[in-house]
Amino acid sequence: MDNSRKYIVQLIIILVGITFLTKLFSIQVLDTKYAKAANSNIINKVIDYPYRGIIYDRNGELIVYNTPQYNLTVIPNDVKKLDTIKFCEVFEITKEEFDEKINAARRFSYVQPSIFIKMLSNEDLARVQDHLVDFRGFNVQARTTRAYTKPVLSNALGYVSEVSKRQLERDTTNYYQQGDYIGQSGIEAYYEEYLRGRRGVKYKIKNVKGIEKGDFEDGKYDTLSIPGENLTTTIDLRLQEYGKELLEGKAGSIVAIEPSSGEILSLVSGPSYDPGLLTGRKYSTNFSAISLDTAKPLFNRPLMAQYRPGSIFKIIQALIALQEGAISRSTYIPCIMRPMKCHYHGPGETLVGAITNSCNPYFYNVMKRVVNTGLSEDSYEDTRLGLSSWTENVKSFGLGEPLGIDLPNEKTGLVPSVEYYDRAYNNRPWKYSNIYSIAIGEGENLVVPIQMANFAAIVANRGYYYIPHLVKSIGNSGQPLPQYLEKHFTTVDTKHFDVAVEAMAEVVRSGTGQYRAKLKDIEVCGKTGTVQNDPMPDHSVFIAFAPKDNPKIAVSVYVEDAGQGARAAASIASLMIEKYLLGETERPHIEEFVKKGEFLY
Amino acid sequence: MSTRDDISNNIDWLTVMLFFFIALLGWMNIFAAVYDESANQNIFDMSLNSGRQLIFLGSSIILIIAIMVVDYKFYDTFGYFIYGGIIFLLVFVLLFGREVAGSKSWFELGPMRLQPSEFAKFATALAVAKYMSSSGFRIDRLSKQVVLFAIVGTPAILIILQGDTGTALVYSIFVLVFFREGMSPILLILGIASAIIFVLTLLVSNHLYLYIGIVVLGAISILLIKKKTIKKVGLVIAGGLIVSGVIVSVDYVISDVLKPHQQNRIKALINPDGDPLGYGWNVTQSKIAIGSGGFSGKGFLKGTQTKFDFVPAQSTDFIFCTIGEEHGWFGSLVTIGLFVALLLRIIHIAERQKWRFSRVYGYSVACIFFFHFAVNIGMTIGLFPVIGIPLPLFSYGGSSLWGFSILLFILLKLDSHRTQVLVH
Repeated sequence: MDNSRKYIVQLIIILVGITFLTKLFSIQVLDTKYAKAANSNIINKVIDYPYRGIIYDRNGELIVYNTPQYNLTVIPNDVKKLDTIKFCEVFEITKEEFDEKINAARRFSYVQPSIFIKMLSNEDLARVQDHLVDFRGFNVQARTTRAYTKPVLSNALGYVSEVSKRQLERDTTNYYQQGDYIGQSGIEAYYEEYLRGRRGVKYKIKNVKGIEKGDFEDGKYDTLSIPGENLTTTIDLRLQEYGKELLEGKAGSIVAIEPSSGEILSLVSGPSYDPGLLTGRKYSTNFSAISLDTAKPLFNRPLMAQYRPGSIFKIIQALIALQEGAISRSTYIPCIMRPMKCHYHGPGETLVGAITNSCNPYFYNVMKRVVNTGLSEDSYEDTRLGLSSWTENVKSFGLGEPLGIDLPNEKTGLVPSVEYYDRAYNNRPWKYSNIYSIAIGEGENLVVPIQMANFAAIVANRGYYYIPHLVKSIGNSGQPLPQYLEKHFTTVDTKHFDVAVEAMAEVVRSGTGQYRAKLKDIEVCGKTGTVQNDPMPDHSVFIAFAPKDNPKIAVSVYVEDAGQGARAAASIASLMIEKYLLGETERPHIEEFVKKGEFLY
Repeated sequence: MSTRDDISNNIDWLTVMLFFFIALLGWMNIFAAVYDESANQNIFDMSLNSGRQLIFLGSSIILIIAIMVVDYKFYDTFGYFIYGGIIFLLVFVLLFGREVAGSKSWFELGPMRLQPSEFAKFATALAVAKYMSSSGFRIDRLSKQVVLFAIVGTPAILIILQGDTGTALVYSIFVLVFFREGMSPILLILGIASAIIFVLTLLVSNHLYLYIGIVVLGAISILLIKKKTIKKVGLVIAGGLIVSGVIVSVDYVISDVLKPHQQNRIKALINPDGDPLGYGWNVTQSKIAIGSGGFSGKGFLKGTQTKFDFVPAQSTDFIFCTIGEEHGWFGSLVTIGLFVALLLRIIHIAERQKWRFSRVYGYSVACIFFFHFAVNIGMTIGLFPVIGIPLPLFSYGGSSLWGFSILLFILLKLDSHRTQVLVH
């Protein structure tokens, strides 16, 4: 017999052994992809969502907080013997929605949970909890969402929602991931990076069914979530509520600022919406309803509505003219009703009287003196020179440019410049006689309410301002953002402001403000404005600060289509001052007048 | 001289040591495969596979002692009776057995389940050995070959009928035994060649290349033949035609003869990444588990893939994954080394037999062990299609452990009496 055959058999055995060991060496030692695959097999990345920072008012009262909400998740493989009809009833969805959702979940994974219904509220959960045991494969996962103590300040607070696909694409910091929440407007958007905190990640070991079996490597790679920083706003919640109450049923805005710091005490926009509507499960339906509302509740009027400044602008004209030496406080100009009409007051005025009585021809002449100084023989060139320095002066009051408030989407208003008129007149020559309507705050001038409140604060401070802002402390720092600690001076010297203060005091003492803005123990300084709004009724405007000495509050009030400034706006502004300084009004009839809302004759 | 002294003096203790070493390693890995850290389990826990495996091992020792006590001539004398009895059991289980996981190959005796096909291997080996050692047997006689293949084929067919193709395939390894005993290697070569062609057909999508290859190979063979007799040239042409026939029949075999799960196992072998969550799951996960072990492994009881059920049948057919994952390449080396040592030792024992019965039986044992070892480990690392057969002495399972114990220790019993045997 062939003896070599026994070696052949042995050789086969040894060859097989060597083949195995070679193959094993290649997959075990040389190739690392299997080790990686093994880790991805067993590691479940669980995101630990951070708590979003909480928002307080200036007195430490809670405005925005987090409340648990619940996502219903499903593991398709675990769904057994489901009574679909009952399920649909309990969760208030249709059979079609159910099929669509379960198919989407199946496409994702049969063994891993995916979100089935987003954001069930506490109440929803209480309702469905008893049924959950019948629905195998469905589980509840907790997450927090925003909640509000009072239905106020919605436009300033903004809202939070899941980060959109477009935002994810545009996110250059690569921070956001699908499922994250992000502030979409207002403080929530502006202070997003402070509020959001930082996500944590936990690596869990799972078995083949996706069931958790403990921490991966004893949690060596886990990171804890870091809660977002709390914000203390400058808002006085009581005053804010009161402002909202006063503006109920009206379109307009109320801005109140603490002049000594630029802190915004209240920022009311009307009409508005309940911020609670833009949280939770009904977010998308509510959002489309709110955004389609013709009353534009999402439009943040204090920052975004642009109006002509009206008579209030005369104070700025006076200040600039004093600074430029064009007039003095005793400059007398007769009221000849030309080239503009005027109200019926005396035959002529000095400066304080002209402001108090809002004399149009007076300020026509004041601006003419400021703009046409005779620097050039040519009256066209002379106007250009005068206007460009005028523009610089006006801009130093925080007009024509965004103030830099800590909210997105601030509008600039408009301070016309030489370039502006060149464009408007298509480079044909123009001079003062073409542009004089800006002298009395009509014409091309545009301001936003926050700028007017800031202007009131400038007069209250006699010449400077802090940029109005809504957050006075980020986290425990006790500090706002650094730019809000910087004093901004106007081009007008402090000494000239006395005239403006006196005139504004006079407006309330004996002028247009005397009927509805005068308070018994507090000397209020104010100025009415009536902004032409043809063919609709005029907008009612009032700015004020109080007390006259050492002012604590500066206010601007705009009420659209409400006629004279002395009526709706003056009433509201003085009520706000009373509320802030005294705690409540001593003039219930004024409050009633405002709430009644019949301002036109 | 008492029988007992006789045994202890002449028994091949090296094989016994290898046997217990492998069985204990298997037992520990079975524990590792089912171990759940949070449950604080004990390797002796009877509710675990490891606890039960220990019982199987204990009862195997009783079986071994019984084998050793019985007179060595019993296995020769009663070879056909044992074979006949097992064939009867195989038929019986086919009629009255219990179906487990698609195979009707289990008897239920109270709490125990027995798989007669695991015992058919040693019975067939005995019958083959007896037939081949009978006087007047000549392996080159066609009539004798027919009988031999009938002895091997009958249990195989019965086991296929039970639905356990994997176990039935084990009987094909007897070809290697016959080869050793002098049968023409044509059958072995043809078998291997067909298998290679079969796989090539699956790998090469354009069959034209294969036909061109066959023609070229055939032409070269004809050129190389010194004496170009018509018979030899005809043989080469016939071979080429047969191989071409295999190619043509592959699609038919794949789609019509094989069951869907068998088709998938072959697909998984050819292209394991084709559907890693579907038919490729077992092999993919098995390779991940083994591959993640690195050089020295994750440590005893520290494996994650097997423990968290990513690997299927982790204490039975895929037990090798636990070694690969927890003990790395080093563990694989030790395990494969132990098996190769055992196999070579068995062949050594077979070769030193003067009695043909013992030698044929010895080779049968070696080949059966070899087939299980090669196919089982081969499938876990993606070198063979998934054929559900256990790793000898290692995998969890009473019938399997008893079957291999009987197989091996009958040989050791025969070996211990090798000096008493008269050469025919």
